Amino acid sequence: MSKKKAPEAYQKTFSFRFFRWISGEKDPYLNEIEMRPQAEYHVDPEAVLRREKEHDAILDKVYDTEHNKELKLFHSLYEITSVLFCIFLIALLLITVSYLPAVGTVTRPVNNEVATRYIEDGLEETGAINIVAGMILDYRAFDTLGESHVLFVATITVLILLRLNKGQEDQNDRIFEPKNDAILQLVATFLVPIIMIFGIYIILNGHLGPGGGFSGGAVIGAGLVLYLNAFGFAKTERFFTEKTYKWVCFFSLSFYCLAKSYSFYTGANQLHSVIPKGTPGAILSSGLILPLNIAVGLVVACTIYAFYAMFRKGGF
Amino acid sequence: MNFICNFPFFSILLSLFSGTICSVLPAKAAKVVNRVVIAVIGLLSAILLLYLLSVGEPFVYWMGHFPAPWGNEIRAGVLEAGMALFFCIIMYLSMAGGAHKLYDEVDESKHNLYYILVNLLLSSLLALVYTNDMFTAYVFVEINTISACGLIMIRQVGRTIEAAVRYMIMSLLGSGLLLFGLCIMYDLTGHLLMSNIKESVGLLVANGEYQIPLIVSIALMCVGLCIKSALFPFHAWLPDAYGYSTVSSAAILSSLVSKGYIFLLIKIIYRVIGFDNFNSTRIIDVLFVFGLMGMIFGSISAIRENDIRRMIAFSSVAQIGYIYMGFGMGTQTGMVASVYHILSHAATKSLLFIAAIGLTEVSGGSRKFADLTGAGYRNKWAGVAFTVGSLSMVGIPLFSGFISKLLFAQAAVQVEGKMLASLIVLGISTVLNAVYFMKTVIRIYTAAKDSPYGGMTFGKMKIYAITLIFFMLVNVLLGVSSQPVVDLIWQGLTMFS
Repeated sequence: MSKKKAPEAYQKTFSFRFFRWISGEKDPYLNEIEMRPQAEYHVDPEAVLRREKEHDAILDKVYDTEHNKELKLFHSLYEITSVLFCIFLIALLLITVSYLPAVGTVTRPVNNEVATRYIEDGLEETGAINIVAGMILDYRAFDTLGESHVLFVATITVLILLRLNKGQEDQNDRIFEPKNDAILQLVATFLVPIIMIFGIYIILNGHLGPGGGFSGGAVIGAGLVLYLNAFGFAKTERFFTEKTYKWVCFFSLSFYCLAKSYSFYTGANQLHSVIPKGTPGAILSSGLILPLNIAVGLVVACTIYAFYAMFRKGGF
Repeated sequence: MNFICNFPFFSILLSLFSGTICSVLPAKAAKVVNRVVIAVIGLLSAILLLYLLSVGEPFVYWMGHFPAPWGNEIRAGVLEAGMALFFCIIMYLSMAGGAHKLYDEVDESKHNLYYILVNLLLSSLLALVYTNDMFTAYVFVEINTISACGLIMIRQVGRTIEAAVRYMIMSLLGSGLLLFGLCIMYDLTGHLLMSNIKESVGLLVANGEYQIPLIVSIALMCVGLCIKSALFPFHAWLPDAYGYSTVSSAAILSSLVSKGYIFLLIKIIYRVIGFDNFNSTRIIDVLFVFGLMGMIFGSISAIRENDIRRMIAFSSVAQIGYIYMGFGMGTQTGMVASVYHILSHAATKSLLFIAAIGLTEVSGGSRKFADLTGAGYRNKWAGVAFTVGSLSMVGIPLFSGFISKLLFAQAAVQVEGKMLASLIVLGISTVLNAVYFMKTVIRIYTAAKDSPYGGMTFGKMKIYAITLIFFMLVNVLLGVSSQPVVDLIWQGLTMFS
């Protein structure tokens, strides 16, 4: 309390309001907050003891450890062998590494015609300034096609594991989730648009500089997860439901499959491909790489969001 | 280029794409898509096989506008096309035979997910068969592993979740070791394409350079694939995964997934390392010893089992042991025997799984032997089919198992130093096989006194019975007209190198 001013005058100053806000008595959004001391948390000593011994109790019950000498022997042997095995494997791999060709020497086998052509002719042949993008989406596009289906099949497996079956809806625990955290909402309002724009930038810039579908999709997915945490499922479901996920994934992967099939087919049969390369450096250039980056980005963003949503409540 | 040369590429892309399509279809339509795709790919592979037999030499196919080693590449020879055709037949029959069980064990809303997994699994198997690039192989090994996990846990009971976790851990360990081996190999040769690696490895061996990393790399790849295909000491994940998953999954896992990895190993031996270079390492002796151990210990575990599904699963450990024993002999005849056994085991094991489900269904769903007494009378079709499968596994003439045992014995005679061990273990293993399979056959044909369970007639299980008939036909065909198949394998293996 200030002693130079009268209490009434002091209550009107900024510092008074500021210190009240610091101490948590008044919040600019929620107004007066009633402060109540939290009830002290009492721990039942018996429960602690029970919890501590739970592991032993389960082992006792399942394996009957006291009477089962064979199992006891097995467990100790198992631990020793696994440690020894790990040490052996680590030693083996370290020794192997010491025999490998030295890093940085010109005569290494990996410095061969493959890398040379990627670096020297990559720009001309793929139209992408980012050599890595040219490599994964044009030279070795079949591997990347497989890789994006790895993500797809991973989501399907998580769906199998976590999606609630019919008749299990009562296990849905979304009603217990915390709602409307003001700080998080304010931060999210600022951050989510920036994150989204940044993610889109990474995807669209994938053929011109560092970036691409996988990294940009991950950024967008993180933005979606932040939005979901701040505003809850009710708001997110206005624009992103299981149906959206299904169709976005379907269209991206189908586009990827069909576009690349065309490119593989024309390539293998030595036909002329109608896809233009464009001027290197322009945003619309490098043939299929930009659309493929967008497709991969959509799949990755949806996958990340879908994982989060399913772990949170067993569905979308 | 002939239009037929596009068929391997069509097969892989068609099955990948059908997986995506199934994700937006309702379960019934997804089922139709799944069956049609498998049938179409089987047809394409058959045409490709005929074409390759008439041309007589393999071809490579660019995946994109760039020639290898810059772009991706796939390669098709007689053996690849034959394997693809065979995989499609077995997969179609396994799906058809287990369809009714899927309705009992899997929630209706998840059926289309099941078909997505099966389609993607098929595409990964085809890619493993056709690929000519080690990294492509690794990518599709990943798809294979994840979708196999999904196939196990789609039936959501405690044991399948546990089995899926076990499978995942072991299988990922295998993938990791394969990747380590691949990285070291890349560091030594600077290539990912199989033919280029083989060239460089030949030079390294001739010059005696980098011997230690080369051996370690080969060993890591072998161990990785052995773990994934459940060779004897790494088989702990197998009985639960095959024993409790829904029956189509069990049939597909035992007869296709593990065989896909073994086929990749054969490709690595022939097309990456070179058959002679591989045989000059001591690794084949290790594979030989573990193969022999698997043949005996797998059978012993099967004899001790009191659950018919788990018994069949343990029998797989023994049969995988046979295949690795063939690798371990280090001769072309041993390898032919192994490849033939891949076919024979795939045809027989899926038949046994599908037949066993018919027997357990008429025994109140119990898999214990006591309840199965007389089940062969209650479900006559399943009983006959199980008997055929068992006879084939034991190695009775007329059925495919006999031919593979004959081929193994012939191959063993030609190998100095390993002949006695192979023949003795082959004999012991045959007797052990007979013990547990004949015990089961006798059990299901022992008339049960006042059995509480009703029988099953042909009318109630038409598709199931027809599937069994086809399975038996495949088995007998492999057993009776084995010579063309063996010739085909010889030709295919010659094309490899």
